[in-house]
Amino acid sequence: MIKRMLLTALAVSAMTACSGAPDDGVSITVATVNNSDMMRLKTLSREFEKTHPKIHLNWVALEENVLRQRVTTDVATRAAQFDVVTIGSYEVPMWARQGWLAKLDQLGPDYAANDLIPAMRQAISVDGIQYAAPFNGESSITYYRQDLFRKAGLVMPAEPKWDFIVQAARKLHAPAHGTYGICLRGKAGWGENMSLLNTMAHSFGASFFDMNWRPQFDTPQWKTTVETWSGLIRDFGPPGAVANGFNENLSLFASAKCAMWIDSTVGAPVLADPRSSGVADKVGFAAAPDAGLGRRASWLWTWALAVPAASRKAAAAQQFVAWATGPAYAKLVASREGWGNVPPGTRISLYANPEYRKLAPYAEVTLAAIAAAHPADPAIRPVPYTGIQYVSIPEWQGIGSETGRIFSGVLAGTTTVDAALAEAQSATLRQMAKARK
Amino acid sequence: MKRGAAHRIVLTALAWAAALAVAFPLLWTFITSFKPELEAVAFPPRLTGVDWTLENYRTVLDEGGYARSALNSVVIAGASTLAAMALAIPAAWAMAFAPTPRTRGLLLWMLSTKMLPPVGVLMPIYLIYRDAGLLDTRAGVILLLALGNLPVLVWMLYTHFREVPGEVLEAARLDGASVVQELTQVLLPLALPGLASAFLLIFTLGWNEAFWTLNLTSTEAAPLTAFMATFSSPQGLFFGRLSAASILSILPIVAIGWFCQRQLVRGLTFGAVK
Repeated sequence: MIKRMLLTALAVSAMTACSGAPDDGVSITVATVNNSDMMRLKTLSREFEKTHPKIHLNWVALEENVLRQRVTTDVATRAAQFDVVTIGSYEVPMWARQGWLAKLDQLGPDYAANDLIPAMRQAISVDGIQYAAPFNGESSITYYRQDLFRKAGLVMPAEPKWDFIVQAARKLHAPAHGTYGICLRGKAGWGENMSLLNTMAHSFGASFFDMNWRPQFDTPQWKTTVETWSGLIRDFGPPGAVANGFNENLSLFASAKCAMWIDSTVGAPVLADPRSSGVADKVGFAAAPDAGLGRRASWLWTWALAVPAASRKAAAAQQFVAWATGPAYAKLVASREGWGNVPPGTRISLYANPEYRKLAPYAEVTLAAIAAAHPADPAIRPVPYTGIQYVSIPEWQGIGSETGRIFSGVLAGTTTVDAALAEAQSATLRQMAKARK
Repeated sequence: MKRGAAHRIVLTALAWAAALAVAFPLLWTFITSFKPELEAVAFPPRLTGVDWTLENYRTVLDEGGYARSALNSVVIAGASTLAAMALAIPAAWAMAFAPTPRTRGLLLWMLSTKMLPPVGVLMPIYLIYRDAGLLDTRAGVILLLALGNLPVLVWMLYTHFREVPGEVLEAARLDGASVVQELTQVLLPLALPGLASAFLLIFTLGWNEAFWTLNLTSTEAAPLTAFMATFSSPQGLFFGRLSAASILSILPIVAIGWFCQRQLVRGLTFGAVK
């Protein structure tokens, strides 16, 4: 038997070594995140190959964190394994300044660059030059259960304040009936609880750093932020919220366990679709809360397609980027899968389209949230960084991960708010000092 | 007598409970792979009234790339194990039958190289592979896995070879056997169960390798571990699809393990009882 196995393995090796016909034209490799919009693009990209027979596409679709590590290694070492990479608004400005990305300011008239939502265009440009093409965009909003609000005699304002959210959570919290007042991200991570906390902090008048790059966790605004966040989760949230991120809260809300949820607009189509949501006919959408200080807890994120400067097939790669992020692709998706499945958050024309607005009851709130987000000017006071839910510096991933872990300790009951803030302050000071060396 | 029967029943029940506990994750993955996404994440989970579906398998297979990834897995795991065996057998033979005072230290040093976290050498290896043109090639992954698994394999074969009496080899030598004949016609047949279990374990390690395959391959040489990574996502509901991808990815290795379990158990217990 072993002998047979060895022979089979050898035969397979030999067969495959001999296989592989030479390919005419250009073959480009696209590295992308595996969200539903991108997976749809992968499927529909066969149309691009039909109209561009000389360009063949290879796809590498990965989970966000794996993709980030993989693409960063490739682009930073100029290995050029990928000709098109999917990166976020966090990476684009840093990588463009490093000279790792090709300029994308000549994508042709069909690309309709002026149709891009200004906040999105700004997020992927450096000194007015576009280095990536936004594929889809998101902000954060408040999801709520209209039926529970009606029953409790509450009315969700279009632009709620944090005080109202706390009161409503208190009133709607009914764990005996399987409903929790509010679901929020508690899971540690720079892309998990720190996305929410940083955005909340900006809405409470705090900032991550002052103009001298000194961390601001020792300010009363940060104390209010962490107290509000931990208080809401501890008193009115589901048990085990310290392990809940976007996905966990999405499934909790979809299975009617949460009265409110403040999170990414990415969840809206899932919750409004009866095939994936048990509350599709009950979910309502409102703006993310604020504290009346001029900054709403709306973050801004875009997954954008970029061409690494080291790519040897840049011309073909740019043709694909222009097609995938241009109006023609939106029309293709609409014709095949309906306007409700067009990648949202990047183009003004989509939100002006009556068919889309009819299918997406969250369209208006999403557009308003994106418009309310100011990544270049995220705080009330001047700050030296860009980004709302993140800080656009290379050290952020380390700082965000560590502070996220510290604050999740408040939920786990292993530390207090004051102790966590002090620890976050010293940890960030230490990391910034290390970065300066 | 009655007491003996009760004892046996308790032991059998305990054995079943232990087997169920070990197999539970696999069983749960299998069940989840047939649930719609919303049911897959429902809490408390349900087993009745579920709208069972093959949709997850259809989606995973429609994504494309499964056949190529499965083939890559077979080739990479198979070839890297064969290459490692080719190097490890003579090394373990020499260490087992012609030991020096430094043999044990050498074995421990070889094993200690496995203690280095792979991420610590990711960048140098990535750059070497980039310059050597080995990125996203089967040859590159085979080379890395063969060398990476070599210490464990040498150690395992050394242990198995030590169980073979040296006198048998000596007798073969007296009968005029050459070194190659001694190795291929005497030692290897005697150590076959050990060789089979070592082969299967190293093959499984190669099959499951995710860190290097995710970092060094993209499309051409991506095996099933890279294929599976496509279905895990921090946004959206994906447990059903991920479970279907997992089941499809482990099917071949489970089948191989099932057919070879006798050798595997024999090899694992070889030398355990004197």
